[in-house]
Amino acid sequence: MNESKSNLERVRAIIRSQYFWGIVAIFLLLLINLIKDPSYLNLSYNPTTGAFVGNIIDILRAAAPILMIAVGVCLVIATGGIDLSVGSVMVVSGAVTMEFLSAANQPDSIGAAALAILLALLLSTVLGLVNGVLVAFVGLQPFITTLVMMLAGRGIAKVITEGQNTSATNEPVRWIANGYAFGLPVVFLIAVAVIVVVSIVVRKSALGLMIEAIGIDPKASRLAGLNRRGLLLTVYAISGLLAGIAGIFATASVMTVDVSRTGYQLELDAILAVVIGGTSLAGGKFSIGGAVIGALLIATLDKTVLFLGVPSSATPAFKAIVIIALCLLSSERVRSLFRQRRLTTPLTPKETVPS
Amino acid sequence: MVEAVAPAVEMVGMSLRFPGVHALDHVDFTLRSGEVHALMGENGAGKSTLIKVLTGAYPADDGELRVQGARRDFSSIAEAQAAGISAVYQDVDLCGNLSIAENVMLGNEVRSWRGIDWRRTRERAHATLSELGLSSLDLRTRLSDLSPAVQQLVAIGRATVVHPRVLVLDEPTSSLDDREVAMLFAVIRRLRDSGVAILFVSHFLEQVFAISDRMTILRNGRNVGVHPTHALDRAEVISIMMGKDLSTLRRLGSERVVHRREPAGLPVLRAEDLGRRGVFEPTKLELHRGEVVGFAGLRGSGRTELARLLTGVDRADSGETWIRDEPVVISTPRTALRHRIAFTAENRREEGVIGELSVRKNITLSLQALRGWTRPLSRRERDDIVERFIEELGIVPADPSVLVKNLSGGNQQKVLLARWLAVRPRVLVLDEPTRGMDISAKVDIQAHVAQLAAEGVSIVFISSEFEEVLRLSDRIVVVKDRRKIGEISNGPGLSVDSIVELIAADAGED
Repeated sequence: MNESKSNLERVRAIIRSQYFWGIVAIFLLLLINLIKDPSYLNLSYNPTTGAFVGNIIDILRAAAPILMIAVGVCLVIATGGIDLSVGSVMVVSGAVTMEFLSAANQPDSIGAAALAILLALLLSTVLGLVNGVLVAFVGLQPFITTLVMMLAGRGIAKVITEGQNTSATNEPVRWIANGYAFGLPVVFLIAVAVIVVVSIVVRKSALGLMIEAIGIDPKASRLAGLNRRGLLLTVYAISGLLAGIAGIFATASVMTVDVSRTGYQLELDAILAVVIGGTSLAGGKFSIGGAVIGALLIATLDKTVLFLGVPSSATPAFKAIVIIALCLLSSERVRSLFRQRRLTTPLTPKETVPS
Repeated sequence: MVEAVAPAVEMVGMSLRFPGVHALDHVDFTLRSGEVHALMGENGAGKSTLIKVLTGAYPADDGELRVQGARRDFSSIAEAQAAGISAVYQDVDLCGNLSIAENVMLGNEVRSWRGIDWRRTRERAHATLSELGLSSLDLRTRLSDLSPAVQQLVAIGRATVVHPRVLVLDEPTSSLDDREVAMLFAVIRRLRDSGVAILFVSHFLEQVFAISDRMTILRNGRNVGVHPTHALDRAEVISIMMGKDLSTLRRLGSERVVHRREPAGLPVLRAEDLGRRGVFEPTKLELHRGEVVGFAGLRGSGRTELARLLTGVDRADSGETWIRDEPVVISTPRTALRHRIAFTAENRREEGVIGELSVRKNITLSLQALRGWTRPLSRRERDDIVERFIEELGIVPADPSVLVKNLSGGNQQKVLLARWLAVRPRVLVLDEPTRGMDISAKVDIQAHVAQLAAEGVSIVFISSEFEEVLRLSDRIVVVKDRRKIGEISNGPGLSVDSIVELIAADAGED
C-alpha cells in the first residue's frame, strides 16, 4: 500500500510539472494526424530552394506569430495584469508595414523594408507604452485598459489603410515570412532568436525577479522599494513590441494586411498558450518556456483542425474542447476531485446503510 | 428596576478557538440596557472576536448567549439583527455612490405593491436621523460627498433604523478629529438615554473614559476585569490590559542598559511637523547616528502610523524632512530606499517578506531595487551576500533556495532584516520586529539591533513590550491617541512604570 502510494506520488509529481500536458497534447495531436495519414511527419529536402518541406515545418512557421505574442502576454500576466490588445497591435503593425511598402513601391529595396519594419515596431511599442501608462500611472484595470486598446487598435489600423486591405510587394519582407535559412523557415528562426533574447534579458537581468515579486505581492514589493510603475511600463512596452513583430510575421506571409482578420482573436490564443504553459493568471511565477510550449500546441491544433478537415464552422468548438480538456487536466481542483473520488468510493457502500 | 430586567446581552463561558489560538476563553460578559459599555484590550485580546460572536458573524464553540434573557444561537448576522443587535464597524461599510437616504434605508426600504415607496422610505430615513439629532442633513446628498465623521453618523443611522436594543460601535472614532468625536458622542448619549445598550470599542483611552459607564477588559481571550469606569484610573486600566501588576512593572524597569549616549551633532534624519490629518498629529522627530529610539505606546496609539509616515510608506500631508542638513522628500518606500531609510512592517507576512520567493531572492530584493534592473547582482556577489546574512543572523534552515513561506516567523523576520541590512541602511525602522517570537529569537533580534546601533545605524524600535523598548532604546518617544505626548531620555531612573504613568497622566487636550 505504502509503496504503491509513493509510486503514485512520483507519477503525480511528473504529471504536475507545469507544461507536461501541453507536450503530451502536442504529441497526441501529431499522433492523430499520423493515424489519418502515415506520411504526415515525413520531411523532404528540396535541394533547389535549400529547404525542408513538410507538415512540421508548416506548423513551426505558423507558430511564429503566436510565439511572439505568447511571450509578451506571459510577462504581462506575470505582473498580475493581462494584455488583450496584442491581436490589435498586430494588425496596426501589419497595416503600417504594408501601407508604407505599398506607398514606397520599391519591390526589392532592403532599405524600404527596414524602414517599414522600424516604423511598425515603433508604433507597436508606443501602443504598448500607452497601455503601460494607463495601468501604471493612471491606475486603470489592465483588463479594461487593454480591452479598450484592443478595440482602438483595429480602428487605428483601419485609419492607416483607410479601411482597405492593403497589399504590397517587397521581396525582403516577403522573405522574412516565406524564406528559408539553414533549411528552416526564416520566420521561425527569428522567433526563436527573439525568444532567446527576451529570456536572456529577463533571466540574466533582475527584471525576472522584479516582475515575479510585483506579481506575487505588490504591497510587499512596494515596501521593498521596487519601482512597480517602471516595471509595468517596461512589460507592457515589451508586449507591444513583440505583438508588432507578430504582426509583421502574419502579414508578410501573404503581403496583405486584412484589417478585420489579421490578428483577430489571437490575444485569446496567446493567453491560452500562457496558461497552458503553467503561468497562473493571478500573476507571479512565470515560465517563458511554458508559453513557448503553449504557443506550439496552439499552432499544432490549428493545423490539425485544417488537416482533419473539421468544417470551418466547427473549428472553434473543436479547439475549445481540446483546450478545456487540457485546462481540466492541469487544474489542481479537478485532480483533487479525482483523488477524493478514489478515496471515498470504497466507503460509500458502507455509508449507505438503509435506515 | 433596572436590575430586575434581564440584561440586554449576557454571555456565559463563551469560547472560540481558531487554529492555534484561543480567541475567546470562557468569557463571561454582561451588557445592560441604557449603558455605554467599553470593551478594552490590546489588539488580539479578543475584542473583535467577541463582537463577531455577538453579531452572529462567528458561531461560538461553546458557551451561552442570552439576549434580553432569552437564549440565542445566532448562525448569521441577519439573525442577530432580527434579535435587535446592530453593529457599526471601523471601516464605514456604506455605499459611497448612493444617497444618505438610500444608505440609511438599504435593505429596509418601505415597500408598496409597486415596489419601493421612495417617498415614505425617505420619510423614515429622515425620522431615524432626526432621532439622532441629524435632521439637518440633506437626504439626497451622495455619501461620498460627506466628511468621514458624517459618514460615520450615517452608518449609525443605518444601524438604528431597525430600532436595535444593542448597538455595537467598533472603533467608530478612528478617523475623526476632536470636534467630530464630540458630535458622535452626543449621538451616542442620546441613544443610551433612550435605553439602547451600547458596546463601545476604541483604542483611544481618553474617549473611553469620556463616554463609557462600565468597561470589560480582555486579555488573551479572557475576561480580566469588569469595572465601573469611574472606579479605575488610566494607569490601572493599562496595567490590566497588559497583564502586569504596577509594582512588577516598577521592578522590571531598573535593568537599564549602559550603551546610552547623548545625541550630539547633526541628526541623521530630522523631521519637523511630520503628520497626516486623521492619522498622526504633526510631530518633530530627530534620529542620530548610532542611536536607538524607541516608540512606546499601546497598540493602536499611532506609533506604527508615525513610523510609516517617517519612511514614506504612507504619505505625510504636512512636515519637512532633512537628512543631515539636506532637505529631502520621502514620499514612497522607493525614495526612502534611495536615502537608505529602511522600514520593516509589523505584519511581516503581508507587507514584508514575499512568501512565494526563496530566501535568496527575498534577501537581495531591495538591494536589487536600489541598483536597478539593468545592474543585476552577479551570482557570486549574490551568493556572498546571502550566505553572509544567513550566517550572521543565523537564519534556519541555512538553505537560500527554500521558499520563505516555509520559514518560522522569527526566521522570516531575520530574512526581512537581512534584506534591509544588505542595502547598508542609515536609518532602520523596525515595527514590532519581535512580535510572536519565542524568547530566544527575541533576544537574538535584540542583540542584532544593539549591534547595528553600535555600528552607527540609526534605529527606530517599536514594540508593544515596554521592557524591550526600555532595554534597547537611548531615547523613548511616547505616543498616545495618534500624537507624541513626550520624549524621554533613557536612564537608570526610568522604568516601564514611568512610561505607563506618562501615558496615563496625559489627559488629552479636551
